[in-house]
Amino acid sequence: MPKKLVLERPKGFYEKFERKPGDKSNTHYCPGCGHGVIHKLIAEAIEDLGIQDRVIMVSPVGCSVFVYYYFKTGNIQVAHGRAPAVATALKRANPKAIVVSYQGDGDLAAIGGNNILQAANRGEHITVFFVNNAIYGMTGGQMAPTTLPGMKTTTTPYGRDEDNEGPPMKVSELLATLDGPTYIERTAVWDNKSIAKTRMAIRKALQCQMDGKGFSMVETLAACPSGWKVDPKNQYEWMLENMQPFFPLGVKKDIRDERESWHRTPRDNSAEEVSEALDLNVPDPKLFPSEYKKDSYRNPSIKLAGFGGQGILSAGAMLANSAMEQGYHSSWIPSYGPEMRGGTAYCFVNISDQEIGSPTVSHPDVLMAFNRPSLEKFEADVKTGGLLMYDSTIIDVEPTRTDIEVLAVPATKIADGLGNTRMANTVMTGAYLAQTGILSREAMEQTIPKALKRKNLVDANYLALKAGMEFVENQ
Amino acid sequence: MSKILEEAITVVSPEHCKGCGLCVISCPQDVLFQIDGFNSKGYHPADYTGEGCTGCGMCFYACPEPAAITVYKKGAEHDAA
Amino acid sequence: MAKELIKGNEAVVKAALLAGCQSFYGYPITPASEIAHAGALFFPRLGRTFLQAESEIASINMVYGAAAAGERTMTASSSPGISLKQEGMSYLAGAELPCLIVDVMRGGPGLGNIAPEQSDYNQIVKGGGHGSYELIVLAPNSAQEMADFTRLAFDLADKWRNPVVLLTDGYIGQMMEPVEFGESVGKLPRKEWSLTEGFNMDENLVSSIFLDTDELEAHNAHLQAKYRKIEAEEIRYEAYQCDDAELVLMGFGIVSRILRSVVDRARDEGLKIGLLRPKTLWPFPKDAIREVAGTANKILTVELNFGQMVDDVRLALNGSIPVEFYGRQGGNVPTVEEVYEVAKTHLSAAADVSA
Ligand SMILES: Cc1ncc(C[n+]2csc(CCOP(=O)(O)OP(=O)(O)O)c2C)c(N)n1
Ligand code: SF4
Ligand code: SF4
Ligand code: SF4
Repeated sequence: MPKKLVLERPKGFYEKFERKPGDKSNTHYCPGCGHGVIHKLIAEAIEDLGIQDRVIMVSPVGCSVFVYYYFKTGNIQVAHGRAPAVATALKRANPKAIVVSYQGDGDLAAIGGNNILQAANRGEHITVFFVNNAIYGMTGGQMAPTTLPGMKTTTTPYGRDEDNEGPPMKVSELLATLDGPTYIERTAVWDNKSIAKTRMAIRKALQCQMDGKGFSMVETLAACPSGWKVDPKNQYEWMLENMQPFFPLGVKKDIRDERESWHRTPRDNSAEEVSEALDLNVPDPKLFPSEYKKDSYRNPSIKLAGFGGQGILSAGAMLANSAMEQGYHSSWIPSYGPEMRGGTAYCFVNISDQEIGSPTVSHPDVLMAFNRPSLEKFEADVKTGGLLMYDSTIIDVEPTRTDIEVLAVPATKIADGLGNTRMANTVMTGAYLAQTGILSREAMEQTIPKALKRKNLVDANYLALKAGMEFVENQ
Repeated sequence: MSKILEEAITVVSPEHCKGCGLCVISCPQDVLFQIDGFNSKGYHPADYTGEGCTGCGMCFYACPEPAAITVYKKGAEHDAA
Repeated sequence: MAKELIKGNEAVVKAALLAGCQSFYGYPITPASEIAHAGALFFPRLGRTFLQAESEIASINMVYGAAAAGERTMTASSSPGISLKQEGMSYLAGAELPCLIVDVMRGGPGLGNIAPEQSDYNQIVKGGGHGSYELIVLAPNSAQEMADFTRLAFDLADKWRNPVVLLTDGYIGQMMEPVEFGESVGKLPRKEWSLTEGFNMDENLVSSIFLDTDELEAHNAHLQAKYRKIEAEEIRYEAYQCDDAELVLMGFGIVSRILRSVVDRARDEGLKIGLLRPKTLWPFPKDAIREVAGTANKILTVELNFGQMVDDVRLALNGSIPVEFYGRQGGNVPTVEEVYEVAKTHLSAAADVSA
């Protein structure tokens, strides 16, 4: 960098502060305010590093709420404490931007404590300038987490009492214990030497982000003469005397050399790529016409019930899926909410040539009961003239209703004969198909491979389906 | 008319100054002071005694206001008034 | 395009990606977690951002950042999480940032339970956050609409620079139904006002602060003018069997599905009952309600709460015909029979009045 012959208003600032009401060339800060000094150092660094067109400054809530008046960068003003969260997303959306979160100690350490902690731990590729003035400036000089013991503020009129408010929070040390962050340093702006160090630290932190090395933060001890009620001429003495003992300066963490450079280029996805990724590239299903055998089988509401693990939900899903592929409206809904208690799993499937209203009904047209509690609990609900199918291998009682059609299917036994009792659900579906004719076997066969997570079971399930159908057909 | 400076000078823009005095404290050469008069905002702005500035820039970095202080080092161009 | 039997919650994610949504910022909560699960699965496949944030507060503020950067972006949560997002939603509305917020409502107040309720109506439709603002609120009642309204939400959000909420419930989210997804949108135009690296960012400011009283008043007037335009252009509803209905049922989300079955049953029995279902809860279909009130002599609003939307129905009608309410809470969903019986009592009462 060539040595500058003139030290003047840095180009990181707007030429004129057009967004500011009144005076367009002064800041809104009180005389002697540390924010102003830090602003100047940042603006100069932005100019010298040649990143003015890449920086996004995040303005917090606090005295620095108007950061956006000043920096000739992208600007965004955000909710109290949330700057690290906002910066996280800005950076992910704009990987080439240099995203800077500028925060006071109330904003960062109190209300936004978790947000800074988590952003640091994620190692977000952002830079945080944290101004520690041991007080809430903007709202009238209240206590901050960093307020010193014994220090009088408007909410600690008797002085901060460690028994009541705890000791001052050392944020840099805290964050430095995390594995996520790359560079953390505490500096101060209380004399020429410390200002020079802050100037360097600000540059290092920005460079860290430019190099893709991860999370960087500079905590700077700065004056709030108005909040402290200290004459600016005495503020540096005050800081040295009061702040220095609690907030040791220095680098708290620096692993820039160990970090791999991170670079991300956002990519545009082609329509093809999107369909592929979303598993939407499925061919249109073949239509296999079928005809229901009785009027009462038309547009059924089916309740499938049994123990969890009996494949109740997936049998229902297979039915709904093949109905869809056969051109019907269909819906599937699992037992949900309060109904979920008590070990029995059930789901409703609706198949209809009309638009489906309520996905659940009190009186289903069809009940498939896979265990005794389900039979006992739901038999009474079946609609008069409806169909009740039950697994007669497992259920050792018989239904008592005489106003409905009852079909006992030894589903578990049939499945067992095929080598896997867990296919009882598919056997039952096969029996339902054969009984009602509402769905074709081909449609169901088309569905099975899609519905099964374990593809090696597909053939076995074809057999189970067939066996279920044959059981009914041979009756 | 601009000329090349043979000595560094520091220029305070009185209307941009808030009279905090931080520049005065920061100057190792003790060549800055605050005037007795007021600027339009009611502050006592800082000023350069006119002699002894080394161009070290300390005052520039100590000053919280973007446009209050400009330091012209030796060899810089400056509009001689 | 082939149909897919898919849960509403997952349909939201696929539709969002097809609509060009670039980022998802979430925090787990039942019954909205499935949306995050699907997001975590699919967003990375396309090189897009999925991040589980540290809280709902963080996730809504991440949405604020992503939206400011011009991305189509979303978050999903359920009632208690939505309560936490309210400050952020007010900021989004104030800064006029487009985004999608999905609320899969559950039972409250407090921790309540995870079963479906519709008791977030007030906090979403009436603006649970501070300030005079409106969110565009869409109420899907099927898996297909979960997909369609997600796409619509992004379009409306961008068109109006306004956050859009998909207000739904665990039933609609959990239910699998056939869904036909639209085509993937191509490259979307860059938003001029956004903070996009490489495009004169220094000219742009995303903010909701207007320190000057007159400026804030002007900003609010601008927002209100925008809201009036949205009300004029974006109302959506479905009227089913309303033409000659003496009693009109109103409900949204899962309730509207039940009400549809009630209407079908009533019509089978020769009873003149219809259904008016708002698809947009804000803007609210006031004119449509007034219109059905021309033939109907009573409206029965059914909700899974103690009566929230019903206030808006009453306001729309301003006392012109009686508006009754039937609600269930705690996660209980009324059966078709239950509502049918209630409806019948109101129908005969309505007939009495007209006699
Ligand atoms: C949610 C919320 N709570 C409280 C406030 C009020 N508030 C504004 S600034 C502030 C304190 C800021 O203090 P600090 O971060 O230390 O910044 P400083 O003013 O000292 O620069 C508070 C509490 C707010 N704006 N939003
Ligand atoms: S109150 Fe304190 S922090 Fe705020 S501008 Fe004044 S001096 Fe600076
Ligand atoms: S540049 Fe150095 S010597 Fe000159 S006025 Fe400033 S501080 Fe003093
Ligand atoms: S530091 Fe700046 S504002 Fe303060 S007196 Fe000096 S020139 Fe003026």
